Amino acid sequence: MSEESFTDPGWLSEEVKTGTTIIAVTFDGGVVLGSDSRVSAGESVVNRVMNKLSPLHDKIYCALSGSAADAQTIAEIVNYQLDVHSIEVEDDPLVCSAATLVKNISYKYKEELSAHLIVAGWDRKKGGQVYATLNGLLSRQPFAIGGSGSFYIHGFVDAEYRKNMTKRECQEFVVNALTLAMGRDGSSGGVAYVVTIDQDGAEEKCVLGNELPKFFDQ
Amino acid sequence: MAAALQYPANVSSFNSYNDLFPDWTQKEVSTGTTIMAVEFDGGVVMGADSRTTTGAYIANRVTDKLTPIHDRIFCCRSGSAADTQAIADAVTYQLGFHSIELDEAPLVQTAASLFRDMCYRYREELMAGIIVAGWDKRRGGQVYTVPVGGMMSRQPVSVGGSGSSYIYGYVDSNYKAEMSKEECLKFTAGALALAMERDGSSGGVVRLAVITEQGVERQVILGNQLPQFSTV
Repeated sequence: MSEESFTDPGWLSEEVKTGTTIIAVTFDGGVVLGSDSRVSAGESVVNRVMNKLSPLHDKIYCALSGSAADAQTIAEIVNYQLDVHSIEVEDDPLVCSAATLVKNISYKYKEELSAHLIVAGWDRKKGGQVYATLNGLLSRQPFAIGGSGSFYIHGFVDAEYRKNMTKRECQEFVVNALTLAMGRDGSSGGVAYVVTIDQDGAEEKCVLGNELPKFFDQ
Repeated sequence: MAAALQYPANVSSFNSYNDLFPDWTQKEVSTGTTIMAVEFDGGVVMGADSRTTTGAYIANRVTDKLTPIHDRIFCCRSGSAADTQAIADAVTYQLGFHSIELDEAPLVQTAASLFRDMCYRYREELMAGIIVAGWDKRRGGQVYTVPVGGMMSRQPVSVGGSGSSYIYGYVDSNYKAEMSKEECLKFTAGALALAMERDGSSGGVVRLAVITEQGVERQVILGNQLPQFSTV
């Protein structure tokens, strides 16, 4: 007869995941990236203020989702590889290069890893770009969403996205999308981190819970 | 909530079935679907897609998932096609009998309670997510949701089915209290179109029904007439 142990909480043995919502949108002259801040291990929230927007270079960021360890490691490796690359070419790296490096790791180790990174940034050649690197594919898109919370906002972003939004409109779009997803997905929540990248550099902003927009049943 | 919903590992792969036998011969028929209902002052608007699938085969591409239960009470069905049809037939009978006993039109809440009782009692055997909506004299237009498991809850707007996950954000942001009938129709058609675009188990045409004191008006929006949200 086996005895149940009530001493060890379930989350000690659960893998730490960033069940999450991430989004990146291009506007004329740059990109806006957004993420929530919740990291969960089973039912427990182990970090409620994690910034999932990780810099790969001065004007290239990536948004992390999936397994927290896998995603962070990929971001660190690519950060290093990009530094080496930019020294070799003596210039700022292209967003496409950063995305390709992420894709190469995601594809080569696709059986072992479970992380999805969205790479976005600004470079002199093509301006603002967003690349999705899900499971080892590389796809340039006007905008991309990812993470568990993204399922709930597919309809919203399909309906509300328009080409040629201004920077301000893009930031509002990102914050609205994150708020809606955090409202419905139990694995997303906390605060919203927003990073705006244009030719002048990257600007990070944190929107606290009480500053988020309210929708009809809130 | 338990571990985060992951993108499935084979999401980017092409067809990898054993092509000797189609998989739909072994799969259950399901209305993997998108259904929705909205209350407005004076009635309700209900909508559904029209796809019934057995695995990857579309068994019926023009299904009618809006089923009449009584003169001014309809239900939207999602989940197993067989289960929901059986439940709807049983509730239609029970409600008809009850209405004769009462000698007046039944309440929407009564219909919803009958669904709930059956879905809760047989919750282990059934796979049914149902939205009950209609009009009655006492409370006007009402929407009750009876999801898998058998709870019942009245809501001003309710979505259900596999495609509903994709439109929670759209519904939360676009719903306003006290919309007119036309606004509700546009809202419902837009939401269903978005869900059908993203959910492989939803598609076909959009079937709409408006239930008011005057009666029931039904509409069909064909594929080429659906609202476009293309970002190309």
